[in-house]
Amino acid sequence: MGIEHVSGKNKGTVMLYALSTCGWCKRTKELLREIGVEFDYVYVDLLEGTEQDMAMDNVERFNPSGSFPIHVINDKKCIVGFKEKEIREEFR
Amino acid sequence: MTLIEIKSDDVAATYRILQKEAKDGGYQLNPDAEFTKNLVAGLMKNEQRYGYRACPCRLASGRKEQDLDIICPCDYRDSDLNDFGACYCALYVSDEIASGRNAVAPVPERRRPRAERGNQAIKQTFSLSSSPVSALAFPVWRCKVCGYLCARDQPPGICPICKVTKDRFERFM
Ligand code: SF4
Repeated sequence: MGIEHVSGKNKGTVMLYALSTCGWCKRTKELLREIGVEFDYVYVDLLEGTEQDMAMDNVERFNPSGSFPIHVINDKKCIVGFKEKEIREEFR
Repeated sequence: MTLIEIKSDDVAATYRILQKEAKDGGYQLNPDAEFTKNLVAGLMKNEQRYGYRACPCRLASGRKEQDLDIICPCDYRDSDLNDFGACYCALYVSDEIASGRNAVAPVPERRRPRAERGNQAIKQTFSLSSSPVSALAFPVWRCKVCGYLCARDQPPGICPICKVTKDRFERFM
């Protein structure tokens, strides 16, 4: 289990960190699919050991609260949580 | 970690039990059955992989003493219901949302970040002699989930109000 790729319109690199059990994470993934943007996602709860630690370090670098979902755009900007309006704006 | 699948019949059965327990305790589950069942499946997956129903929307450590505050119902549910009309996952919602008068919206994370949590497993220590209520015949215990108070030698095994286990109680007086 690692990073999964979803093809679509290229709007830069989009990396979604999610939990496999979380409702808002699921909604966020569905929204990104619906918008049709190209993105990668990883279920951090399915990673183990150092892989999970590294993913968490990345999540906390952008989102100190360490909450899910978060997606990082071009390794610069991030959107925390299922913020439908903000996400639609971002990928317009 | 292998993917755990839960049968939809089992999810439906647990969903019905949680719905009844919620109602009996004066709480409501999210009326969006599909969304809610997905969370219930998440709770069941967590029960299988960690041994307890850790919150589906938070990353559990897998060490129970560090995850106690996020075993469902979590320590933050009631405050989030008060302030936002839903718990962090939106499994539990307010009357307003349950009846469709208001839409559910994402709730900000109230739990302290990993680095600040430290060892929350350390039990609060109380010095009875320095307490102004040292004359109490019994210590008073508080359920951290629902606020239930009782005065007895030990907290109850199961909270009579919200059904969480004894380890969710703290010494109150
Ligand atoms: S009450 Fe809600 S936020 Fe808290 S653990 Fe349960 S599902 Fe998660």
